[in-house]
Amino acid sequence: MSVTVLFLGPLRDLAGVPQAEYPAPLDWDGLLAAVPPAVAEQLREPRVHVACAGKVLSDKADLAAQNGEEVALLPPVSGG
Amino acid sequence: MARLTLETPADVRLLDSGMSVGEALAAFNAVHPDAGGIATFLGKVRPDDDVRVLELSHYEPLTLPGMRDLAGEALKRWPLDGVLVWHRIGVMHPGEGIVLVAAAARHRRDAFHAVDFLMDYLKSAAWLWKREKRADGWHWVEPRAQDFADRNRWE
Repeated sequence: MSVTVLFLGPLRDLAGVPQAEYPAPLDWDGLLAAVPPAVAEQLREPRVHVACAGKVLSDKADLAAQNGEEVALLPPVSGG
Repeated sequence: MARLTLETPADVRLLDSGMSVGEALAAFNAVHPDAGGIATFLGKVRPDDDVRVLELSHYEPLTLPGMRDLAGEALKRWPLDGVLVWHRIGVMHPGEGIVLVAAAARHRRDAFHAVDFLMDYLKSAAWLWKREKRADGWHWVEPRAQDFADRNRWE
């Protein structure tokens, strides 16, 4: 029973790993408590978004990841 | 060599190896024979700041669907025959192409606007992360305030 959390872009460096498994179900408070403190600090910034099961959440605090789902932590982008 | 086949009205791709610009534009031109004009933009790795290598990463479930939505939005906003939106991912060197955008339209102004719009959103809203390798190691590229200001022109 676990949720896969992906650390994308610069969050990967802060986490020290590209992804981690945390116990399911996983909500917003659980996520903040589970990830390394440096990542949790970034997650609280409005410019960092969270996707669950392939959908970007309009409100991160609504996170409710179930067993087997993938959560992606999305820092500010820099394409082009 | 098999001829490149493009989807219409929008051909949207993430490419993990070299981008053949001439071939892409020839195919885009061929697939839109009724267009009065085609505007294109090629973004390249700038050969300055001692950047040796640039790497773009993406997130499979979001990046390409987001680019498709963006292409659809351009087609809604302007009367276009079609658009091409290609973005490189992976490792690139100075001088190499990162992004290729083209718009075909009956009249040039619509094509120019669509390409400008697509680039502003690709820079600041597509799910892509860029880092550069310089003499002292890797550095993540932060979005610039100008990138957001450019995008806000369209809202």
